[in-house]
Amino acid sequence: MDRPAGQEIVLKGVAAAPGISCGPAYLYSKLIPRIEEKSITPEEVESEIGRLRSANARSEKELQKIHAFAEQKLGSQNARIFEAQIMILADAILMGAIEKRIAQELKNAEFIVTDEITKYKQVMLAAHDEYMHERARDVDDVMNRIIRNIQDQKLFSKLDGASIIVSESLAPSDTIIFSRNQVLGYATDLGGVTSHAAILARSLKIPAVVGLRTSTKTVKTGDTIAIDGYAGLIVLNPTEETVQTLELKKQRFREFEGGLVNIAGLTAETVDHKHIELSANIDFDTEIEFARAQGSAGIGLFRTESQLIGKASYPTEEEQYQAYSRVADGVFPHSVIFRAFDVGGDKISPDTEHEANPFLGWRGIRVLLDRPRLFLDQLRSILRASTRKNVRIMFPMVSTVQEIRRAREMVSLAKKELDARALPYDPDIKIGIMVEVPAAAVLAEQMAAEADFLSIGTNDLIQYLLAVDRDNAAVAPLYQQFNPAVLRTIRHIIDAGHKKGIWVGMCGEMAGDPLATVLLIGLGIDELSVIPSVLPEIKKIILSIKYKEAKRVADKVLTMSTDQEIRDHLSSITRNKVPEIPFDE
Amino acid sequence: MTERTVTIVNRKGLHTRPAATLVKTAARFQSDLTIRKDNLEINGKSIIGVMTLAAEQGSTLTLLFDGPDEEQACQAMEDLFRRGFDEE
Repeated sequence: MDRPAGQEIVLKGVAAAPGISCGPAYLYSKLIPRIEEKSITPEEVESEIGRLRSANARSEKELQKIHAFAEQKLGSQNARIFEAQIMILADAILMGAIEKRIAQELKNAEFIVTDEITKYKQVMLAAHDEYMHERARDVDDVMNRIIRNIQDQKLFSKLDGASIIVSESLAPSDTIIFSRNQVLGYATDLGGVTSHAAILARSLKIPAVVGLRTSTKTVKTGDTIAIDGYAGLIVLNPTEETVQTLELKKQRFREFEGGLVNIAGLTAETVDHKHIELSANIDFDTEIEFARAQGSAGIGLFRTESQLIGKASYPTEEEQYQAYSRVADGVFPHSVIFRAFDVGGDKISPDTEHEANPFLGWRGIRVLLDRPRLFLDQLRSILRASTRKNVRIMFPMVSTVQEIRRAREMVSLAKKELDARALPYDPDIKIGIMVEVPAAAVLAEQMAAEADFLSIGTNDLIQYLLAVDRDNAAVAPLYQQFNPAVLRTIRHIIDAGHKKGIWVGMCGEMAGDPLATVLLIGLGIDELSVIPSVLPEIKKIILSIKYKEAKRVADKVLTMSTDQEIRDHLSSITRNKVPEIPFDE
Repeated sequence: MTERTVTIVNRKGLHTRPAATLVKTAARFQSDLTIRKDNLEINGKSIIGVMTLAAEQGSTLTLLFDGPDEEQACQAMEDLFRRGFDEE
């Protein structure tokens, strides 16, 4: 890559495990062993099988070590992922088949191992199921390990001194092996917050940022980088100033986190006992455990688009039902809000059509109402998952009252279809909408009259209201969360909901911004749904303030006329009330 | 040859741990075990094979036993499925 040497470059990814560190990068390119198909003579069969057997024995030894180490560091629950790999190595049928093929086909061991194991891997990858895809990665990991051992390549795991690992992706066993050395952080191009490696990094308390897309192309071994697992970014060639700022942030977070251990079990309410429903935004059922450990009271936004990842077509009712009931069961006795597919805009869609202006185009409820079969499949599957009465449905991108009415008719239709099949569901299931289009905000009272709850989606609402695309660097600074126009709109939505006797929540990024918490509570918000990692911080603020005072803050803020003025005011109020909060400057 | 159709009753389906229990049980008998699901057929004594089944709660499998102790093997396996692999 062409760039001036030593220039500071910030790469933004997704925060996967909290923590901050700085050090030399180690670019880890996975050894994908080269497999050549070679013929062997009948006389060589015995030694070829011998090579295979000793490779298996070595692989098993390695895995036993990793397993023991994982058990000790992470507990037996998290170590279980390596048990499956050990069992595959010990699979007599599989190994028998491989040995038989070597003898019959007279081919080298690596080739037959790859060919035989790949057959199973392909069956797993064909399943429309994230769990099976994870198992396919396990199988892949075992296969590469055997082959590496057949080829006698020594397991790479020794690093010189402490490093930040930069890699395209990491397998759980890589994460573990590296953690035996001094690893300061993990940065990967691929992966989400739910990948095994991310979960392990959190358990190991090593900062991790995933989804960086280009880190392996930008960073070289030996480059100095800083990793910020709170903000989800890495900085290549950080300036002295950046390092100091991050160092301070690290200290503040460390002190703050020390004080948070005991609040996960507490209910989020203000000093004067106003209860705030503090819940989490997630995409996968595997995140439920982390959200609960962080102290969430349920899931305020489950993005069902996660069901479409890696799929060529929309999942069936049955597939969705399985997935949604896993979530509903996992969250019980708390509740979960499933947001119906929000496809279009920047979100994935299996049948995307080109649009000149996707954000103003065919997305959210508009797609769902135009695709009744798809919509009904999803509604039936959500309804079927609602038998424990802890499920709610939410519609994205609503801009007219007519859309709520039509969506409600679809829910009634889905219920009738289930009645005809004698399948149970919660007949009183609550139906809400996202308020993210300015028209819906202006008409909030009319919307509230037709919905059971409102949830403010700030990311889109702010973009639409201020006419700013925040991914466009030229105008990004105009994306102002505390723009008075935004705040007045939020107040209007909350008041409208309350006037109609329904609760109003917020599930956009603003809900998780500690600077906004006092203000939102003062405005009367009933629910905040945030990414799990910031949950303890937001809860701490709620526990530290009085609703009465927050209301005064909100009144005062609404007399102000600029984003900056409001930020300064909120920052001084929050610092004053909760001095230990480590703010991101 | 003994043939049985069984249903997965445990909530999480035939994931890694039940798969291991199934394979271990099959290994106690001399008889071969073939498991059929949809148009996939795998060896019930192979963990990697059983892992590919992706059998969720409610799905049905056909078990085919072949060997001197096929009756006993079939009995043991039916029990295991009925008990939901002792998972819950």
